[in-house]
Parts: sequence; C-alpha cells; structure tokens
Amino acid sequence: MISAMSTEQAAIARGRPPLRRRPDEGLFGGVCAGVAARLDLNVRFVRIMAVLLGGVGGIGLAVYALAWALVPVAPESEGRARHSGGWREALMIILSVAAVQWILRRLGLGLGQSVFWPVVVGVCGLALVWRPTVGPPTPAPSSDGGRRSLRGVLRGAARLDAPRVILGAVMVAFAVAALLHSFSVAHSLGRAIGVVAIVAGVFGLLIVPWFVRQARNLGSERAARIREQERADVAAHLHDSVLQTLALIQKRSGEPQEVAALARRQERELRSWLHEGRAAPAADTVASALRQAAAEVEELHRIPIEVVTVGDKPLNASLEALVLAAREAMTNAAKFSGSNRVDLFAEVGDEGVEVFVRDRGIGFDTQAVPPDRRGLRDSIQGRMERHRGLARVRSRPGEGTEVELQVGAG
Amino acid sequence: MSAEAKPRVVIVDDHRLFRAGVKAELGDLVDVVGDAGTVQDAVVTIAAQRPDVVLLDVHMPEGGGAEVIRRCAGAETPPRFLALSVSDAAEDVIAVIRAGARGYVTKTISGPELADAVGRVSEGDAVFSPRLAGFVLDAFAAAPEERLPDHGSDAELDQLTPREREVLRHIARGYMYKEIARTLGISVKTVEAHVSAVLRKLQLSSRHELSRWAVQRHLVSFDS
Repeated sequence: MISAMSTEQAAIARGRPPLRRRPDEGLFGGVCAGVAARLDLNVRFVRIMAVLLGGVGGIGLAVYALAWALVPVAPESEGRARHSGGWREALMIILSVAAVQWILRRLGLGLGQSVFWPVVVGVCGLALVWRPTVGPPTPAPSSDGGRRSLRGVLRGAARLDAPRVILGAVMVAFAVAALLHSFSVAHSLGRAIGVVAIVAGVFGLLIVPWFVRQARNLGSERAARIREQERADVAAHLHDSVLQTLALIQKRSGEPQEVAALARRQERELRSWLHEGRAAPAADTVASALRQAAAEVEELHRIPIEVVTVGDKPLNASLEALVLAAREAMTNAAKFSGSNRVDLFAEVGDEGVEVFVRDRGIGFDTQAVPPDRRGLRDSIQGRMERHRGLARVRSRPGEGTEVELQVGAG
Repeated sequence: MSAEAKPRVVIVDDHRLFRAGVKAELGDLVDVVGDAGTVQDAVVTIAAQRPDVVLLDVHMPEGGGAEVIRRCAGAETPPRFLALSVSDAAEDVIAVIRAGARGYVTKTISGPELADAVGRVSEGDAVFSPRLAGFVLDAFAAAPEERLPDHGSDAELDQLTPREREVLRHIARGYMYKEIARTLGISVKTVEAHVSAVLRKLQLSSRHELSRWAVQRHLVSFDS
C-alpha cells in the first residue's frame, strides 16, 4: 500500500493522472479504462491485452479482479452511469481471446487446472481481506501522503468486519496450501494445509504486535493533536480577552475605578468561560438572567455585585418581571446607597422564587420615601404586584437596605 | 488588642505576589509567622511554626490545599485551616471543606474582613462566605433519599434543620452573624453553633451531591 501510494505521488508529480478505475467508461469495473488513461494508451488495446493475460491460466483474470477490488474509483467518474453498449464489445473481445486460448491449449501451452483454481481462490481471498481498506475514496494527496495512507489502512483495519477477514484469510491459506501441493512441495493436501497454518501463525505473531503498536501510536498521535488544538484555543481566547484587558488597564492606570471595573469584567468573562462551557450562556433561566442583569449594573455603575443562586428554572413572564425588578433594585443600591458592594441572593424552590438584594449603604426611612423615587414604587413594587408577586423593602438609616422579591410557583 | 491575642498565621499559596499582597493587607491585624509556596514547604513550615490558622490556597500543584490538610492531620496540635481561593467551582470549595478546612472565603475579600475571618476560625468557629452558603444550600436541597446506598450513613447528617437553613440563607444574602442573630432573635453564639453544625454535616455527610463533588475534585487533582 505504502509503495503504491508513493508511486502514485510520483506519478502526480510527473503530471500524469493517478491509477483510478473509470466505471463510466469501462466494460466491467473500468480497470482497463483506468490503466489506459494512466499509461496514455488506447483503451481497446489495453482490453485485448487484459483478456489475453486472462487467458493465460486465469492469472490475468485474477489480476483484473484484484485491481477491481483495490483500485479506487476516479472521483470524476463516481456516480455516473456506465456507458451503454459496452457489453457487445466485451463479448467480442472475450470470444476471440477464448478462441485463441483454446488453440493454445490444444498446442499444450497454458497452465493446468491445479494452478488456475488455487490462484483464483487466493486472489478472491486477498480481495476480501483488503477491499474495505480501499473502499472509501482516498484522501486528497498531501505532503505526507505516505503516512496518511498507512493511517488509512489502519483506520480501515479497525472497520474490517471479522467474518469477511477470516473467510478471506482461509481462502488465501487454502490457495497457498493447494499450490504447495500441486508443486509437490508437500506430499498430501493435509500436510500442505498444516505447513500453511504454521507459517500463517508465525507470520501473525510477527505482524500483530506491529499492528497493535501502530494503532497505539495512532491513538497517542491523535491525542497529541487534540491537546495541541485545545492549547491553541486557550491561547486564542486569552489573547482576545485577558491580554486586551491588560493592555487597557495599563493605559488607564491613572483611573482606579475604571481599572477595577475592567478587571472585574474580565474576571467575570473568564469565569464563565472556564466554568460554563466556553461560550457565554443564553440568559434563558432565572439564575443566568440575574447574573447577566447584575453584570450590566456592575458595568454601568462600577460597583461589585456578588451573585449567589440556589436552584434554577426556565424564565417565564412573571420571572422576567422578577429579574427586571431585581435589576432595578441593584441599580438603586448602586446609585443611592453609597455602599461599596451589593449582594444578590436568589433561591428557586418548590414554593417559588425569592430574590434578595442587599447593600450596606446609608439606608433610608421606608415611611418617608420621597415621591420622586419612582423606581422603587413603579419598577419594583408595581411590577411585582402586576405579576402576583411580592416586593418588600427593609431599610433603616445607617444600616443599609434589603429588597426582597417573591414570585409564587406556577 | 495585645500582641498575644493576635492569631499566628501561615499563608500558603503558590503565587508569591499574592502571599505578599495578603500579608500587606492583613498588616498588624494578625501575626503572620510564615508563608509557603508548595505543599512540601507548607507542611514543613506549619510543623515548625505551629500557627493557629493557616490561610490555604485551594489550587496548588501536587494536590492543592486539600493535600496540605491531609498531611498536617497527624500533627499533635493541627492548625485550623481557612481556604482562600479565586475559584468559584463548587467541587473545589466542597473538596477543601471536606478535607477539613473550617471555612472558605474568596480572594477578593478585604483585609479587615479577612482578619475577622481568621480570628473567628482561630476560635474554632466556621466561616462561610455567601457563595459557600449558596453551595451548601444547593447540595442539601435535594431530597435526602439520594444518599449513597451502602454507606450506612447517619440520616441526621444528610439534611439541614430548618434553623440551619435559615441561617445559611441569611449568610447567602450577605448578612453578618450579628445581623443574623438580631433578625432571628437568637444570640450570636447560637448562630455560630448552627454554622459549626452545618460545617460538621458538610464534612461528615455521605450525601450523594457532596461525595460526587469531592470525587470529581479528586480526579482532577490526580490529573494535574
């Protein structure tokens, strides 16, 4: 296989088409048409030669069958119909050659039956064993064509189904035994089979470890490739995110708030990338929507918001309202409380969803909310009530504020 | 505060810059008696200095913080460990707590808050960050039937009492122990007792969720 491939590489380098079957132009498997294209000969000449060889004890026939099995179909002829009327030409050629052969036999030339049939059987066996490895179209020639073809063989070997391979191997073994017998190397057919079995066993012992090693190398090679790919992904991500942020931070080192916000945003992005499967998750659950809202408020008002969630469930209309109300509460805390951080805790339970937004800022007297603080009344309490939810505000001057939001189950 | 009352602290983290930063932030609030950058160094330093509290990074080569705790467990007077981490992953946090740490705080914590947490741990209390409280609530949320079958475990260890749950929820909401005590009408000591009970359950329970987290972490540390 390897040498065949490298010959092919060489052929391509010389500007000739590689050997490919052309069923659309051929009479049977398109082997002759392929050979003619490869060697730049007249197709009919090649066919006559082939049939002639076929007549010589059937060896040519076996070679044809082997080529049919082994040579891949040319890509340009794939899926195209076989050209019609070919059978007439095929019949003529075969008949004439058969006549020639008959004459030759008469003259006492040609090989005997005892050689012909074993060869046919053996070649069929070989075809059975090798066929699956060349079945799929070979990969486009590349610089490492030789190695690739070896991999192709191994990959194919993994796909071989055992019965076919065993049948093929038995056929080959039988053929070899019969040939040995007919050449009088072994005196009885049984002994010949024994000799072949021993040779095959030794050969198997030699070749199996090699195959195992190759397969293992292939596995580790693939693992290395995957690792390399992963590393490249990580490098690309770090370049696009962390390095950019670090550059920005260097530029803005005079503005501590800006720097803190940049670092915080980068931290958030990196965390979600590390823990949540690389891509930013869509905000289609309560927890992720709250996290996203918190991130937006953090970004806008430059204040860290610690988000802790327990449980999760998909968003619906009233939960969306809850998220919006929570966002408003976080915005209020960021804008008015003077606190240096905000805590958000959300718990999704059987009875419903509860959200707490807490700051440690100046607080206020809940009885004396100024009328212009519409955010609290409309955006939080009004919104929650419209969705049969609940909003409570606990605050005292100097002790910070906590907004509690609730939506029932269902 | 007299010099003797200050807890003696060893900082273990594989980032030298971070150790220096923590030391600077803690300043005079605690007595930093040593620091170490590897598991091996940490074990030696802790044995030599016998600190009250070890501030322990969760992620380190050669087994991380959990390995340090395991290797110090044989000591005559093992120190108390407070895990300090940038990690938000539940399995990291739960694993180090189950190895024996008395608490967990994130690296973004402020100096005074950290000193407060160190003081608490040195007195034998547990320190839960809001995030840890959230993890614990999550882990104990499912029905206790999900226990590992052949563990013969104590059913009491596998669930939280309503009061413990209530305390944890307040911690997750960002309340201090003092504020929790006032809101629930109990003493700070009682709050501390509840948190310590939760810590014990966290370390001893064979709840499926907790075991799974610990196992995952174990595999990860084998890998690295």
